[in-house]
Amino acid sequence: MNNGTLISLRAITKTYGEGVAAFQALKGIDLDIAAGQFVAIMGPSGSGKSTALNILGCLDAPTSGAYGFRDIPVEALTRNQRALLRRHYLGFVFQGFNLLSRTSAQENVELPLLYRGAESAQRHAAAREALAQVGLTGWEHHTPAELSGGQQQRLAIARAIVTCPLVLLADEPTGNLDSQRGHEIMDLLVALNREQGITVIMVTHEPEMAHYADRVVKFVDGVVESDSRKERHTPVPPPAPLVRGESQPLRSVLSSPDKGRPGGVGELRETSP
Amino acid sequence: MTQMLLNALLLALRAIQRNLMRSFLTVLGVVIGVAAVITMVTLGNGATRMVSDQISSLGSNLLILRPGQQLGPGRDSAGAASFKLADVEAIQTQVPALKAVAPVVGSKVTLVAGNQNWQSQVNGTSNAYFVAGNWQIAAGRQFEDDEEAAGKAVCIIGATVKKQLFPKGSPIGDELRVKNFTCEIIGVLQGKGQGAMGQDQDDVVLMPIRTAQRRLTGNVNDVSTLMLSLRDGVAADPVMEQIRRLMRERRRLSENADDDFNVMDTKQIAETLSGTIRTMTGLLGAVAAVSLLVGGIGIMNIMLVSVTERTREIGIRLAIGALEHEVLLQFLIEAVALSALGGLIGIILALFVCLGLTALMHMPFLFNPGINLLAFLFSGAIGIVFGYMPARRAASLDPIVALRFE
Repeated sequence: MNNGTLISLRAITKTYGEGVAAFQALKGIDLDIAAGQFVAIMGPSGSGKSTALNILGCLDAPTSGAYGFRDIPVEALTRNQRALLRRHYLGFVFQGFNLLSRTSAQENVELPLLYRGAESAQRHAAAREALAQVGLTGWEHHTPAELSGGQQQRLAIARAIVTCPLVLLADEPTGNLDSQRGHEIMDLLVALNREQGITVIMVTHEPEMAHYADRVVKFVDGVVESDSRKERHTPVPPPAPLVRGESQPLRSVLSSPDKGRPGGVGELRETSP
Repeated sequence: MTQMLLNALLLALRAIQRNLMRSFLTVLGVVIGVAAVITMVTLGNGATRMVSDQISSLGSNLLILRPGQQLGPGRDSAGAASFKLADVEAIQTQVPALKAVAPVVGSKVTLVAGNQNWQSQVNGTSNAYFVAGNWQIAAGRQFEDDEEAAGKAVCIIGATVKKQLFPKGSPIGDELRVKNFTCEIIGVLQGKGQGAMGQDQDDVVLMPIRTAQRRLTGNVNDVSTLMLSLRDGVAADPVMEQIRRLMRERRRLSENADDDFNVMDTKQIAETLSGTIRTMTGLLGAVAAVSLLVGGIGIMNIMLVSVTERTREIGIRLAIGALEHEVLLQFLIEAVALSALGGLIGIILALFVCLGLTALMHMPFLFNPGINLLAFLFSGAIGIVFGYMPARRAASLDPIVALRFE
């Protein structure tokens, strides 16, 4: 793993169920994703694209195969260690938004920081900044139900980026939106990718949305059918320094024996449950 | 660790604040359950205490001798012969441990004074009745010897009778029509209040036993009950045994025949009555326990209804990077906080309800820490179990499964 490779999948398979009812959703996936890429994963229903995204996002564990996230062998991590990886390095955007209802926009965005143990002043400032980035300044005290669909998805993006993640994983982020709102969301994702160097991995079935990505991976029937790249218009900036969530860089986190620090990777080595 | 606890507390408080309605209903279930159980048991305890207080107001040295077998279910009190005046005399002379022996005959009759009338208990007895029954004369005097001997038409009335028939001024010297004859009021008894069975002890008229026998019951010799007062410092049991033997002899009961009379002391009466009240308290407590259970089922319902929403919420939290035990700690704190709050409100509510009801029913208020604690812990446990269990299941799911939960 070198020259900026962030993620590498080797012979990843995923089987649901057992015996005759077993269904193999992924039949051996090899995929490398470099830091700063904007990757669209496409494919028909049942092709395994969402399964792949869940595995990439450490929400699900592969049945077999190797998953390297930088130099961490993710397939060997425990459930809690995967959770800590998500907490510190990943951000999620879902098709159904998945915001906490009856909770203000501000508090929704602050949620990931709460689990990082951030101070309240720092949380408020970071949340306001993230909301400003997605154009929701002035909507801090509204609940998701009071926002339009496009605004809700932008709120979800603010929640995903408030921790300055290395990777933003988006599962059909425009699936519940009309095409005008969809394009706004895509512009936002592109901006985050270009300006902050956040790696974006997006599952979509809409070719016009995939067009925003600089790499399109097509899944068919549990395998990668095609992998096409195009020239970037702008050079990839270096990843932004991790400030907001105050997470340590991955390597130092892994080698650090520090266990006391909240959000430090001491926790990755799972102390007592 | 402290940091994590503070964090979980913050998260739990936010969750309560977000779900005010759900939180309110949960708390309400606990409040009602706790308040019902505490109120029932406290009132039951108060009633028991009230009865024993009233029985001790009868006088602790009192024995009561009645014809018929001992009171109680399945016992036969009908058919036994009354006592005779000669029995009274025999007890008076042969049982020296007694301070006073008061024969009593009585019936319920209508009293008329002026244009008022009133139904009341009229007892024929002797001056020993005042000693045995622990009565004080508030105004007027006791019976004179010649009044007792000749069976003169004189009477002493209880406080209630005075209130009903002679609300103004002193009734001493006035005439009271008892059934079909007229007697002169010579005294008024000091009020005693409600009796052990809830009857009004002051609703009574006393007259010499001879008067009552001749004019009310018609049996010149029969005595229905004897009230006996022990001398101070004398143990009741040997005296009761002595009376029993004397009466068996006088009533000519054969060796193996059952007693056809009974002697009870106030302690026994108290035990009989408080036994009844304990049964009632147990019954009320059981009803209240059902309401506690219903409250618990209410809590359970609310928690289970919200399980879909909670499962999705847990999915979101897990996806964002919450650890399973962090989520669980949050839900546990939430459940504990709501249950404890409900329990405290329930205890306070029960306190006010009990104070109000005991005042209304003239009962003593007895705070029972045991039942307060028990009700609090029980409903708290229900709140915690049903708040926590669904959360525990949800938190053990894969985040994506939890997110898709429907």
